[in-house]
This record gives sequence, C-alpha cells and structure tokens, in this order.
Amino acid sequence: MHTAALYRRRRIVNFVCLGISLLTVLFGLFWLVWILWTLFAQGLGSLNLSTLLQTTPPPGSTGGLANAIFGSLLMSLLATLIGTPVGILAGTYVAEYGRRGWLGPATRFINDILLSAPSIVIGLFVYAIYVAIVKHFSGWAGTFALSLIVIPVVLKTTENMLRLVPDSMREAAAALGAPQWIVISFVTLRGARAGIITGILLAVARISGETAPLLFTALNNQFWSTNMNAPMANLPVVIFQFAMSPYQDWQALAWGGALLITLAVLTLNILARVVFAQKSSNT
Amino acid sequence: MDAFSHTLGAPQGASLSRRMLHGIPERLLKRQHLYDLAFRSVTRLFAALVLALLVGILISLVIGSWPAIKAYGPGFLVSAEWNPVTEKFGALVPIFGTLVTSFISLLIGIPVSFGIAVFLTELSPLWMRRPIGTAIELLAAIPSIIYGMWGLFVFAPIFADHVQPWMIEHLGPIWLVGPLFKGAPQGIGMLSAGIILAVMVIPFIASVMRDVFEVVPAMLKESAYAVGATTWEVVWNVVLPYTKIGVVGGILLGLGRALGETMAVTFVIGNAHRLGTSLFSPGNSIASALANEFTEAVGGLYTSALIELGLILFLITFVVLALSKILLYRLAKREGLLT
Repeated sequence: MHTAALYRRRRIVNFVCLGISLLTVLFGLFWLVWILWTLFAQGLGSLNLSTLLQTTPPPGSTGGLANAIFGSLLMSLLATLIGTPVGILAGTYVAEYGRRGWLGPATRFINDILLSAPSIVIGLFVYAIYVAIVKHFSGWAGTFALSLIVIPVVLKTTENMLRLVPDSMREAAAALGAPQWIVISFVTLRGARAGIITGILLAVARISGETAPLLFTALNNQFWSTNMNAPMANLPVVIFQFAMSPYQDWQALAWGGALLITLAVLTLNILARVVFAQKSSNT
Repeated sequence: MDAFSHTLGAPQGASLSRRMLHGIPERLLKRQHLYDLAFRSVTRLFAALVLALLVGILISLVIGSWPAIKAYGPGFLVSAEWNPVTEKFGALVPIFGTLVTSFISLLIGIPVSFGIAVFLTELSPLWMRRPIGTAIELLAAIPSIIYGMWGLFVFAPIFADHVQPWMIEHLGPIWLVGPLFKGAPQGIGMLSAGIILAVMVIPFIASVMRDVFEVVPAMLKESAYAVGATTWEVVWNVVLPYTKIGVVGGILLGLGRALGETMAVTFVIGNAHRLGTSLFSPGNSIASALANEFTEAVGGLYTSALIELGLILFLITFVVLALSKILLYRLAKREGLLT
C-alpha cells in the first residue's frame, strides 16, 4: 500500500514537472509570436514604395526611410568587408596554429568575452579613439564600431568550423608534400567554407540591428548623404529617435523600419541555418 | 626501401644532388618555407589584434574617465547624486538599476530556460526539436531595439492596465515584499525592464543548458531509467548534477547579456535618476544612462563621468563573462577526459 502511494506521488511529480516544462516552451514561443505579430500589424501599414524612396521627413509631413536604409546597408557592408578577413585570419590562427602556446587559447578566451560584451561599450571605445579626436560623428566611425562586432562572431565560427575538419585531411595533404599554408588555405579553410559563410551571415544579421554602438559614432542624418566622413543616417538610430518622439507619423515610420530590420535579420538567420544544414547533410 | 629512405632523409637523398631535397629544388622549398612563415605571422598578427582590442578598450575607457576618477574618487560608486548642472555625479542609481533589472531577468529566465532545455533534450519528439529550438533561438536574433519599441508601445500599456493593478492589490499588502509593488501603475519601470530582459536572455541560457544536457552520457541516463526512475527524476538527479558547472556557466552568460543590454532597457526603464524601493518606479541602468545622455553631455566632467559608468559596466560584464567561460571550459575539458 505504501509503495503504491509512493509510486503514485512520483508519477504525479513527474507529470507536473514535465507539464511545466511544456508550458515554459509555450511561454518562450508566446513572446516570439506576440512580437512578430505586433510588428506586422503595426509595420505593414506604413511600408510602401515611398518608404523606400523618400528621405526621413520633419514631423508632420510625409516621407520615407530611404537615407536610413541606404546608410545601414552601406555601413553594414563596409563593416562586414573590414571585419570578416580579420575574423577569418585570427580564427585560422586559433584553430590551426594556436593549439599549443598561449596566444591561441588566450585569443579564444578573450574573443568569447568580446562576443557577449555590451555593444554600447564598443560605441564608447570608437567615440574615444576616433570621434573625440576628429571631433565629428561620421559614417566611418559607425562602420568601424560595427566591424568590431563582426570580428568576434566570424572568429568564433571560423575557429569552430576549422576544428570540425578532421585531422586526417590535414595529414593527407601534408603527406603529399603540401606546405602548411597550402594545407590551411586549400584544404581546411575550403572544407570549412559553408560554416564560415554561416558565420558571416550571422555577423551581418547581428550588426544590422545594432543600435547602441551607432549612437555615439554614426549618430544620424536627416538628409540623404553618401559622405562617409559626415554623420550618417541608419535604420536603428532613426527607429530609436522616431519611436521616442511624440509625433504619430514618426512613430508609424519607426514601426515600418522595425518591421524591415526584423525581416532582414530573421531572413539572414534562417538563410545561415539553411547554408549550414546543407553542408552538414553533405558530409 | 627507397620510399623509406626518402622520408627518413637517408644519405642517398642528400648525395643525389646538393641542390635537391627529396627531388624538390631547394629554392622552391625555401620559398614555400617563406610563405609558410608569412602566413603564420599574418594570422598570428590578427589573433594578437583581438587581444589588443580588449586592452585598447580598457585603456581608452580609463583615459576617458580619468577626469571623473580624479574628481570623485571611489565615492563615485556609492553616491546617488546625478546633477549635470552642479557637476555632481555618482554611479549608485545606474548600478542599482542595472543589478535589479538583471536580477529580475534571471529570476524569470532561469526556470523558463531550464524548462525549455529539458523539453528540447528529454521530452520533445525528435522531429520537433529542430523547429522549436530554432524558434527559441530566433528570440535572440530579434534586435534589442525591437524589444524596446514593442515593450514601450505594446507591453507597457497592457502591463499597466491589467497586471500592475493586480500586483498592487494582491502583493502590495504582503509583509516585506509589499513595498516592491507600490506606486502608480505606469507600465514602464524596473519591473517591466526586467521582464523584457528575461525574454531576451532566455534563448542564451536555454541554448547553453540544452547543449550541456546533451553531453550527459546516454549510459548514465539509461541506467537511471533501468532502475525505474521517472523522466523528471532522471533530469533532476542525473542530468542536472552532472552538468551543474555548465548550467551555472550558461546562467552567467545570460547575466552578462542582461547587464549590458542597452536599447530594450532604455525604452522601458523610465530613465529617472532616482532610487526607489518600488519595482514599479522608473529607474536607470548604466547602459540606458549612456544611450540617453552621452551625445547630449556637455562639459568634460559630464562626459567623463558617463565614460566611467561605461568602464564600470565593462569591468562587471568582463568578470561575469570570464567566470562563465571558465566554468564552461571546465565542463568541456572534463568531457574530453571522459570520452
């Protein structure tokens, strides 16, 4: 009788705890659905052709986000171009040469911290070493800040993907007489290519939504500007400014911009997963 | 025989020709050796650059905050004053806000993440693991400014109209915790910021927990099942003790994220330099103070005080994240030894 009661109690505990576990998953999904639903409901209405073609308006008149979209695209592109080679080369060192010695492990450790470090501090850093010295906000400063966020992401994935390449491939290439730099660039890096592309896509996704590092670097620009040495409009900061404003039409544009950014970021994330999944199923 | 003598570098190879080694012209070998050296040095340089970046951040922040450090000394950390007009600054309010909102986020985030990780590793049918895992990870992909906007325009009004009045009525009179739930239901404030932060850290903590749960050897779990343990007992008595280092590492990673989160908090915390006992009262975090005031700060000392706030934030997150990484490495190392 006693054991039957014990048995029942254990089953009930099990049932309740696993039920709670299921609820937590629903809790997590609930926020995702709610946020996405809000974005579509609020953002779709203010997205049209003029959003893409006109520049940010003064309060009370119509306009679009063209300058902000252009600025975001330009700065993200340049930041990716600067950050990616640095990340790949440093990741190559950590994975290929850094297995012994102190520099490899130290870089890996510091990089893991930089990966999660507050991005606003990156903004402060670029402000201190660049903006404060040239005494004006600029597109280049924003680009530089974003590239510092790209580096850790690309470094981390490059390193992880290179480690997945079996050593037997390195040994096979070396046994054929290939020097190490050829082994690395034509065998291991090539083998890890899909994974590295995934990392780059994730890095682009990450910087396209970053606001904090741009606040003190690129700032914002109300007008169409292609001058990288002047303050440059960008979607996140425009969203921040417009959403915090009391004007209805600015807030509507902010929702449109928010939807655009989120769609871009989620598409990049899903694309990255598809690239990686294809690669994994091939091997 | 011939092949062996070649790889061993036997005398025949050398006597064949002075200018050839294993049949390769020495000149070519030398050039390849040079390329090797160059390639190695270049990658090494960029690896060192990452270390230099960290050192550079620290040095530049210390230099930038030097005037404030000199002016206020260690008293900066405990002073609650923040007055740009009289140039009296103290970091207590932002530090307090940062810690309180992060604490709330962990209070909600840890159990939820644990539940999600348990579901993904033990409960879910195989075909559901990937889509649900991806969906949870997408929560981390949504930019923080979106969380902020949504928090301000959608979450805060609902929270103020439906949840806060209930909390004031039911939690307010309780002894000791009551004061936490007093004040006007404005929707924005420390509690709202903490709740939104929780949603933001859940994907980070959950994915670390899932990853460490997956390394538990199947044999251990199966042994427990074989002696009649329920799924929950396996999770609680086998999986969790085995992975507790990693779980703590994951929690610290989430904490590191929460401490430095900027935009979402800036939108909903209320941005008031005030120290209140109520979680409903508006406050300020280090990151939100920076985001709001930095570009408008005039006067060297004001800017410098804000940079010092940034330095404090960087040091706190550095310690938390470093601890997290050390714990996770330790678990990974143990795994390496065991398998």
